[in-house]
Amino acid sequence: MSYLPNLLFIIILFLGIGFFAKNVKKLMRNIKLGQDTDVSDNKAQRWKNMAMIALGQSKMVRRPIAGILHVVVYVGFIIINIEVLEIIIDGIFGTHRIGLQILPQSVYGFLIGSFEVLAVLVFIAVIVFWLRRNVIKLARFWKSEMTSWPKNDGNYILYFEMVLMTLFLVMNATDVNFQALNSGNVISQYMAPWFSGLSEGTLHIIERGAWWLHIVGILIFLNYLYFSKHLHILLAFPNTYYGNLKPKGQFNNLEAVTNEVKMMMDSNVDPFAAPAEGSEDEVPAKFGASDVQDLNWVQLLNAYTCTECGRCTSECPANQTGKKLSPRKIMMDTRDRLEEVGKNIDANKGEFKEDGKQLLDNYITREELWACTSCNACVEACPVSIDPLSIILEMRRYLVMEQSAAPTELNNMMTNIENNGAPWPYNQMDRLNWKNE
Amino acid sequence: MSELLKVPTMAEFMAQGKQPEVLFWVGCAGSFDDRAKKITKAFVKLLNKANVEFAVLGTEESCTGDPAKRAGNEFLFQMQAVTNIEVLNAYEVKKIVTACPHCFNTIKNEYPDLGGNYEVMHHTQFLKTLLDEGRLTIEGGKYKGKRITFHDPCYLGRANNVYEAPRELIQKLEAELIEMKNCKRNGLCCGAGGAQMFKEPEKGDKDVNVERTEQALDVKPEIIAAGCPFCNTMMTDGIKAKEKESDVAVMDVAELIANAQDL
Ligand code: SF4
Ligand code: SF4
Repeated sequence: MSYLPNLLFIIILFLGIGFFAKNVKKLMRNIKLGQDTDVSDNKAQRWKNMAMIALGQSKMVRRPIAGILHVVVYVGFIIINIEVLEIIIDGIFGTHRIGLQILPQSVYGFLIGSFEVLAVLVFIAVIVFWLRRNVIKLARFWKSEMTSWPKNDGNYILYFEMVLMTLFLVMNATDVNFQALNSGNVISQYMAPWFSGLSEGTLHIIERGAWWLHIVGILIFLNYLYFSKHLHILLAFPNTYYGNLKPKGQFNNLEAVTNEVKMMMDSNVDPFAAPAEGSEDEVPAKFGASDVQDLNWVQLLNAYTCTECGRCTSECPANQTGKKLSPRKIMMDTRDRLEEVGKNIDANKGEFKEDGKQLLDNYITREELWACTSCNACVEACPVSIDPLSIILEMRRYLVMEQSAAPTELNNMMTNIENNGAPWPYNQMDRLNWKNE
Repeated sequence: MSELLKVPTMAEFMAQGKQPEVLFWVGCAGSFDDRAKKITKAFVKLLNKANVEFAVLGTEESCTGDPAKRAGNEFLFQMQAVTNIEVLNAYEVKKIVTACPHCFNTIKNEYPDLGGNYEVMHHTQFLKTLLDEGRLTIEGGKYKGKRITFHDPCYLGRANNVYEAPRELIQKLEAELIEMKNCKRNGLCCGAGGAQMFKEPEKGDKDVNVERTEQALDVKPEIIAAGCPFCNTMMTDGIKAKEKESDVAVMDVAELIANAQDL
């Protein structure tokens, strides 16, 4: 009978982690739907970027208020989770505050004391975040792509954190033995009197209740991640590792095009000879991207990592001047479509069944794509190394090279380049005329 | 005045069996656009003054392919790139300077993959080295104490992290360099990049160049300095839209330096 709680705990833990593992598997499968891209270079720099940007939050603090509050929540989150370790051990073995038994009391008190202080700081930060979203109504949280789900998602997480922090403090405040030690209860000692009139038995029930809700809450949170912008707490790490290392102005050169251009320019190559089976020269099925599977897997990882913070959109010149383009929407659309494709695969026994939809037009419109100035402001602004511009470019490539669907003025510009080597209709032979004007 | 400009071509150098110190890549705007041609000439005057042995490709130069690439036409871009690289490699060009950040970015970053490896400098970087080497001197002259703000071209700044060279040159003019609220890595685009120069903007409530011009006007400059022929056009149009032509001039950094010494 006395083993019942342990058993229950193990089952809940098992289910919580099991579901999470299932979601991670799905996540990885979806990301792998993307095209291959070589990111095996320069490991040292990549680790450094991850350490600086994800772990060190270096880009978050460029906006000091949001940045510092975020650091508080982030540090709090990580450190308070050490406490979860104790909860898990206690839960499995039916111990109580195992830490007290293996650590000197002063050390344990110091640890729990810091957790308590952090819990309060996190609580305050989360309230400020909530106010920024809902009362101050910061513009970037109220753009048109912030429909009801993204807005609610942002708030749910904040409520979650508030509840978890409260539970942790209540758990300590109602733990009679812990309070009696009077070490580490820096915050909870002030909460203990709230429960003063209660019998020891009731206190124990509250303490146990808070303990259970805390761990169950954390497991729910873990499983909520997959559906939320909060996936970034995990994916920010790989995403910053795989982030672009080249100068931002450098766009990749399409290799398939290089092969064709070489063939056209090289008179020794017979352009009509069929390429050898499986050779690299084979023309790919498609130039550019019209759907998520045409993007590379780092771009898909980008989409799952997006925190929907809107820093990119708030810096975007097109968005600032009222155009439809929003780099955050590009990322959200990519994720939504990828999820749709993933569900389609799940429903059709592992095979994608044509659904008559694609990322282009059904999610991202041409009007958005053509409004981009390729200024890289979005890339610079993103705190987790996401590159919305690369997706815009791939989709433009599809429009131009597969569909010849550029705006007329751009077609004129390109015809000029083709015919006379300049985007305007001037004769190449007049290129040096300025010298004598 | 113009007959004083010495603008030798690579072909002429080749004919004499000589190599210039640097190739000046003029770019399409610098060759054809009336406003940009003035920048080209100002830069040439400075090169002449500093006795730099440079050459241009002249009629052998062709669009780098930047606007085609950013519009999504990778074929056209690579055709242009490969053609240009053939010409440049045939002349054994090692070092290139250009007054256009788009040409700068494309040749520096996107040509190496296709067989074009050169040391590429933006003209503000090149002028800065001339200055450091003592080959060029800058006197404050007529710009002393003037309020000048520098608009960062996206393809020089964010795209390639060049923020200081143009600013150091402006400071050498003993001008008062003032920064806009959005500057350096946070600089706002002028609205021309990504092939936008060649098309009407999408529907919105404002033009990007007007927004950027307003940001510049906020710091009350007498001159908006630019380092890109396209930014120059956009900001000039912005100033016109705000009817400030008589108060604020838009000038390239090279023009400022050339004017300061009455070249
Ligand atoms: S690169 Fe395009 S999407 Fe990104 S900020 Fe600039 S205009 Fe907006
Ligand atoms: S792309 Fe980056 S900056 Fe933009 S909303 Fe997502 S996380 Fe924020």
